[in-house]
Amino acid sequence: MTIQFHDETFRDDYTFHNSPEGIRRFPFPFDQDSYMYSVNLEPHAGGKAGSPFEKRFDVDEHYVAEMRDRAITLAEDPLRCQSLPHMELAGWDFLELVMVSKSEDYPELFMLNRDGDRWHWINRPLGIEQRFTFLDATTLPCGPMEYITRQTQGDHALLDQRDGNLWMDAGMVTSQADWSLDFDIGMNFFEWHAPVPKAHELGVFQRALKFLLNLQQGAPSRRLNWTMTVNPRLDTSPENYHKWGPEKRTVAPGNVGAKQYLRVELQTLWRLPRSNAIAFPIRCYLCSLEDLVTVPKWGRRLHRVLRDLPDELAEYKGFAVNRPVILDYLAPFDDGAPTSPGIFPD
Amino acid sequence: MPRTEFSPSITSRPVYPGLTPQGATPAIMLAEGPGAEAILDLAALDASVMDLAHLIYIPAGHDAGLRLAALGAKMYREAPSYASALERYRKALADARMGTTLYLAGSEGMIGQAVAEALAAGLPPEAIQTEHRGTIARRMQCVHCKGVTENVTIDPFLCSHCGLTLFVRDHFSRRLGAFQGVCVDAETPGIVPEVQEIKP
Repeated sequence: MTIQFHDETFRDDYTFHNSPEGIRRFPFPFDQDSYMYSVNLEPHAGGKAGSPFEKRFDVDEHYVAEMRDRAITLAEDPLRCQSLPHMELAGWDFLELVMVSKSEDYPELFMLNRDGDRWHWINRPLGIEQRFTFLDATTLPCGPMEYITRQTQGDHALLDQRDGNLWMDAGMVTSQADWSLDFDIGMNFFEWHAPVPKAHELGVFQRALKFLLNLQQGAPSRRLNWTMTVNPRLDTSPENYHKWGPEKRTVAPGNVGAKQYLRVELQTLWRLPRSNAIAFPIRCYLCSLEDLVTVPKWGRRLHRVLRDLPDELAEYKGFAVNRPVILDYLAPFDDGAPTSPGIFPD
Repeated sequence: MPRTEFSPSITSRPVYPGLTPQGATPAIMLAEGPGAEAILDLAALDASVMDLAHLIYIPAGHDAGLRLAALGAKMYREAPSYASALERYRKALADARMGTTLYLAGSEGMIGQAVAEALAAGLPPEAIQTEHRGTIARRMQCVHCKGVTENVTIDPFLCSHCGLTLFVRDHFSRRLGAFQGVCVDAETPGIVPEVQEIKP
């Protein structure tokens, strides 16, 4: 398998695009024709060949361009990457997890040689070669979490576990669905989820926390989350909301298929060995409506899900204002036929 | 001025359960404005709380200094503002021994900053008691420019740093001691909802 890395942008001229294979492997998040919050966790123990669930840290055709976009965002706002002082060990844990996983899962792209604590890392797609001493931060150009997350798609939070709670004490967050690491760093599980409507009343967070506190090393979990984004923009941060907000109002019947994207997060959760922290990668996948409807099952189902979604959730997910235009676009792709169970194309 | 009753809100919004005397243990007390009444009520419940207390009072236009001074705290100090009291308060936190109780009473802005200082100094959360008295003005951080605007009583309001019009969220950061302000007309520049007074 050879990945053709795209030369594309996630801002300004928005040249991001999915290849036909990229569309087929898109992690469509709805396994039935309706949606409500749930603790939809399952073991992250591989998955269908070629799907984003197969490897521990999925690398796809957008890898190089996403890392370039992250570097732009960080140059504008270094506060997108922060680590409280007690989290450095967790950063090393995460660096090890990613380097070992990627070098084993993608040997043609990544190589790791370890001689005791003297490590040699090669990242071919990004043209990086680094010799360093494991657990010695002075031998890397930046902290271990920043170093490895500049080379790993998705946002990443490192959660400290203490007092029967999880604390978001470190993170690299440049492709977020409208939340601020700089504001939320140091918060516990209930605090950083506070703005989510309805889910607290459903007991979702109490159950999820209980599960996560017992997460075991070597048994990672995963779930999908989703929202809607206008234009293939990774940096939908609150920090820059006044810059990208106007774009949300540019959706019209003539352009909605191309401009409106379904944004899916593949969230994985990993217990880290030395720090006992949890690594929480939040990997973002984007697919335009016009690409989604090329899979008939997805066109039918997305129409039903978005049509029947409670107003409060449409508001929270930020597309209430565009919902009528979106539904008008999707309706012709929904012939009322039944859909098969599960998320994959027929 | 009695204790403020706030309407139910999201889980990151602080609650202020009120002060409960812990007896004659070492204590740091920070009172601002009508927060003085909370300290007076506390001492009326158990006068011994003052025996080992270091009490700092920021009058903020509410003149309760003489009554507070008469409580017989081990140390008593009036300060004209939170900023002027800050180094003394930090020293008190740094000197605090295990078993010290922190009593905070006053506005959300003062309590928010004082709690953030105390946590940063390593005080355990269970050693911190808070009671809200007086103004319901909020301390707001602009999520865009990161500047803090003090004493916000209206929604939306103008960021005193970057000038964007921000709406007042209930989302609160204990680390920053501030609520989050987010641009209200980001999607429709210039179209701003009618200004309202903040409610408790």
